[in-house]
Amino acid sequence: MKIILTTTSPNIDSEIDPRFGRGAYLLVVDTDTMQADAHPNPGVNASGGAGIQAAQFVTDQNAEAVISGDFGPNAFNALQAAGIAMYLYADCRTARQAIERFQAGQLQQVGAPTQSGHHG
Amino acid sequence: MKQLVILSGKGGTGKTSVAAAFAHLAHDGPQSLRAALADADVDAANLELVLEPDQTESHDFVGGSVAVIDPQLCQGCGICEQVCRFNAVLPPSFSGRGAGGESYRVDPIACEGCAACVYQCPEEAIHMEPQTAGQWYRSESRYGPLFHAELRPAQENSGKLVTLVKQQARLAALDGDYPLLIVDGPPGIGCPVISSASGADLALIVAEPTAAGIHDMERVLQTTAHFRVPALVCINKADIYPEGAEQIEAYCRERGIEIVGRIPFDESVTDAMVCGEPVTAYCPESPASRALVEIWLRVIAQLFPSGESANARN
Amino acid sequence: MRIAVASGKGGTGKTTIATNLALSLAAGHSPPPLFLDCDVEAPNAHLFLKPIFEQRQDVGILIPRVDEAKCTHCGKCAEVCQYHAIAVLGTKTLVFPQLCHGCGSCTALCPEHAITEIPDVMGVVERGVTPEGISFARGVLDVGEPMAVPVIRQLKKWVVPRPEQVVIVDAPPGTSCPVVESMRGANFVLLVTEPTPFGLHDLRLAVHVARELNIPVGVVINRDGSGYAGVDEFCVAEDLPILMRLPFERTIAEGIARGQTLIKIHPDYTERFRQMFADIVERIRQ
Repeated sequence: MKIILTTTSPNIDSEIDPRFGRGAYLLVVDTDTMQADAHPNPGVNASGGAGIQAAQFVTDQNAEAVISGDFGPNAFNALQAAGIAMYLYADCRTARQAIERFQAGQLQQVGAPTQSGHHG
Repeated sequence: MKQLVILSGKGGTGKTSVAAAFAHLAHDGPQSLRAALADADVDAANLELVLEPDQTESHDFVGGSVAVIDPQLCQGCGICEQVCRFNAVLPPSFSGRGAGGESYRVDPIACEGCAACVYQCPEEAIHMEPQTAGQWYRSESRYGPLFHAELRPAQENSGKLVTLVKQQARLAALDGDYPLLIVDGPPGIGCPVISSASGADLALIVAEPTAAGIHDMERVLQTTAHFRVPALVCINKADIYPEGAEQIEAYCRERGIEIVGRIPFDESVTDAMVCGEPVTAYCPESPASRALVEIWLRVIAQLFPSGESANARN
Repeated sequence: MRIAVASGKGGTGKTTIATNLALSLAAGHSPPPLFLDCDVEAPNAHLFLKPIFEQRQDVGILIPRVDEAKCTHCGKCAEVCQYHAIAVLGTKTLVFPQLCHGCGSCTALCPEHAITEIPDVMGVVERGVTPEGISFARGVLDVGEPMAVPVIRQLKKWVVPRPEQVVIVDAPPGTSCPVVESMRGANFVLLVTEPTPFGLHDLRLAVHVARELNIPVGVVINRDGSGYAGVDEFCVAEDLPILMRLPFERTIAEGIARGQTLIKIHPDYTERFRQMFADIVERIRQ
């Protein structure tokens, strides 16, 4: 399946970047093949609506799930509307570790915004 | 890394003086820890005046765009003026200031960059131009790196520039393993304040015990509560109106908000500012300085309970 | 005749100057002045002028509402929105009200006419009369709302001055869009500053804003007596008239802390404010 993670560097062994809207890269991973493609996060340099832009990218990729450190209310509403499941990376350090834990069903799914909003 | 934001509601209560004192105390004080600094009052950035840092980086900030009408293509139909909700389109009779001819013209100060006119102009005579709305800087002060900015006067997008300054400060603090980021916030409760407070672990409200100061303190405390940022209060110029200070204490007590100190009115604060130094460095024995040390210790006790990671990086 | 009282730096005494100017003019003018408190994030003038409020209205902007039945998710709305306030995500089109500027662009451009506009309340405007007969109006931004400008804009539209009525605008601190909106339309900008490095730094910026708007400027130096000469030197260099100086006095600070007006503490100031007003009128005439 296709999932997306926010990372600080453009590869699968990169550290996870905790913030969904402003994480440096959106790493698109095919969990069956472990093939990973990194894209610069459109939210990083956004002057506003970063979470929405990141969510838009995720939706356009037809990903089924996103793993990150937190989801503000705009990002949360957007991803929820698109039917994309959100997970927290907990204490995983790298994207690879997070994917493994995800596949083992060990990551916590998010049911509400995890932050009160980043505004701008 | 913990983030402290200093707010007030009302302007002029002493946020920047407190921020500067904290920068000094973090570096040289009784329980030193390395701190990065951010001046989030981008309209009127004063923190550098008391830290006197050396600028090491300067970057343009493009806030948004404004619409520009090509006078050659404009046929004068006036649809742009009709669709603009911000009174930013001037009809030809106003063009006397140099635009000339029959063309409509956009007032770049009023323009909010919505592009409604761009999409609805039948001649496709309008395009958007990104505007450099200001600059942000990284500077090195004697107490640590300072991130600050200047918004060009009359610009929009203050909140976005605040977010940018904080982001840069936060990244640098994480990269440099700084345990603390001190953010000097702007007055008010709107977008710039919200941006400066987002992600903060703690807000210190510098309250002024005056009728206006109390009113605005209540608004900013409602704002921090709304965005779920825990808050502490200190009372500045506390002896100007003792009944006012009591009102503040009663208000905070009712809401379980801790008051971490009272700073007396003290001319050494202004004297220090004129000399370009934090008051705690300029005159450590002054009443204001002593009060500030107490407040500082209480604030970091809250941010780093049981001394965790506060002493880790001396 | 509209005078905007602004500053750049917060806490220099804008509200003190604006309210006392209005009070000083109240007796001698017919009709008495109109006072607009445009500091909608942290309005304070009512504490000193004590108006009885008679009318109140919710204000805000119009935000889009999408009829999902008509929406084809073509994404045109998201494409034209410059603020990412509307986005197509999967099979839903979502609106993010706090990012919306109420420009109406998405509504106008939706090819299916699937968008209508609904009011989104951001604050309130209120008006009334003070004991001295001053017409008073203010805007108050709701806690948690980011944008002050729409409230200020609507306040100015809502209250139309009577013929011959002097309008005094109490602007917010700062130099960005809420200040610009407050100053816009004024014949004169009175900048209140304090003789300190912070005061000077922010005065420069505020002067710049007024000049961008092509409005003549005068300066009031409040809390005078620190010995710092920078502000005076700046005013001379920039040819800015210093229209009033108020000394730092503990009794004034304490009185204002209690909510007393300056002219109550020092009644002789009434005449000083009237003279300053006459000075301003004369300068505008030239």
